[in-house]
Amino acid sequence: QMWQAGKRQASRAFSLYANIDILRPYFDVEPVQVRARLLESMIPVKMINFPQKIAGELYGPLMLVFTLVAILLHGMKTSDTIIREGTLMGTAIGTCFGYWLGVSSFMYFLAYLCNAQITMVQMLSLLGYGLFGHCITLFVTYNIHFHSLFYIFWLVVGGLSTLRMVAVLVSRTVGHTQRLILCGTLAALHMLFLLYLHFAYHKVVEGILDTLEGPNMPPFQRVARDIPVISNAVLNTTAKTIALTL
Amino acid sequence: FPGLADVSIPQDIPVEGEITVPVGSHSPDEDYSTLDEPVKDTIMRDLKAVGKKFVHVMYPRKSSALLRDWDLWGPLVLCVSLALMLQGGSADSKDDGGPQFAEVFVIIWFGAVVITLNSKLLGGTISFFQSLCVLGYCVMPLTVAMLVCRLVLLAGAGTVSFIVRLIVVGAMFAWSTLASTAFLADSQPPNRKALVVYPIFLFYFVISWMILTFTPQ
Repeated sequence: QMWQAGKRQASRAFSLYANIDILRPYFDVEPVQVRARLLESMIPVKMINFPQKIAGELYGPLMLVFTLVAILLHGMKTSDTIIREGTLMGTAIGTCFGYWLGVSSFMYFLAYLCNAQITMVQMLSLLGYGLFGHCITLFVTYNIHFHSLFYIFWLVVGGLSTLRMVAVLVSRTVGHTQRLILCGTLAALHMLFLLYLHFAYHKVVEGILDTLEGPNMPPFQRVARDIPVISNAVLNTTAKTIALTL
Repeated sequence: FPGLADVSIPQDIPVEGEITVPVGSHSPDEDYSTLDEPVKDTIMRDLKAVGKKFVHVMYPRKSSALLRDWDLWGPLVLCVSLALMLQGGSADSKDDGGPQFAEVFVIIWFGAVVITLNSKLLGGTISFFQSLCVLGYCVMPLTVAMLVCRLVLLAGAGTVSFIVRLIVVGAMFAWSTLASTAFLADSQPPNRKALVVYPIFLFYFVISWMILTFTPQ
């Protein structure tokens, strides 16, 4: 009886390890390569007549998704977001992973329809590296609360990474309609996600919810309340002085 | 084996002998069975092992004792105590904005599993449970930081207390990361250490963030 149980467990463990080995070639990277790819993800390529090579690697994208989760948690905490159903961490993880996996699958499906030459791993990798722009933008704008700064970052940083992804996709698709469909959806989803991340977790959501509950709730506030006033004021004045001197 | 096809044993030589090989006492378990010893001995042995590992975490030297005999008692105790101490922090008393008990638990274990898988996929030589063991034990400085934060918050929740908490949590976070790196980075090929250290850094950063933003009601 115990032998049976032991054998079953051993075979289950073995199948788990066998599954890990499937993913092993996608993690075969060097730190130099990861850094190079991170920087490359912000540079749009010029050559769109020649199919661009996409590295099918999962380490970078996975780390970027986790970094985005951490930054999102930081943002949610400083903006005092109250999640009614569910937990803060669960929401952050769900949002980021949902975006990465869901939009990748959707784009892969669209690419299949539009006859683009891209595999699922490459799509995951491309979108994952595109999140690098999101990470930078959110990291900066969750700490310095200027809306105009966010819009500038959204356009410049978000735009650069979108342009890169779009250029790579365009280089791998033939036909104008297909290119338009594919790149239009990707650009829209990517930029809208950044917008969503900023606005959904930046302002205090409880103000909206609490006005439904009682009349003597505090009014809708737009400033961070959780971190003390000092660090907020320091960062804001630093940004102001930098903007003035430029 | 074609050469052995014509070997035949003559009928008059007896073919017999002992089929069992006498086993000397190679392992100490052969001398005594741990089932018969008093319960106190078993518990004390395990407690001593756990205690030795805590000491190893406090002074991270490159010793293999932490890696060789892994156990998950220490990480469990640390995880439960950290999750318990993070209770009771809420901005709204109806449904709290602080992490739930299960949330902290899941974050720590899920994060540790992900880091372990990552280090294995990058070609690490450490086994799954050894890595879990190390990561769990290195949560200890952060648990100490949580304790200190709670004590500081008993005194008051102003700017000074925030700065004190920031310094304490920051120092403990650095200590955790260095301790776990000292144990785990050795098992990686030398040029990939940074790839393994980064997720560990993120993991302890998230835990430190949960500790730092804890405000009791």
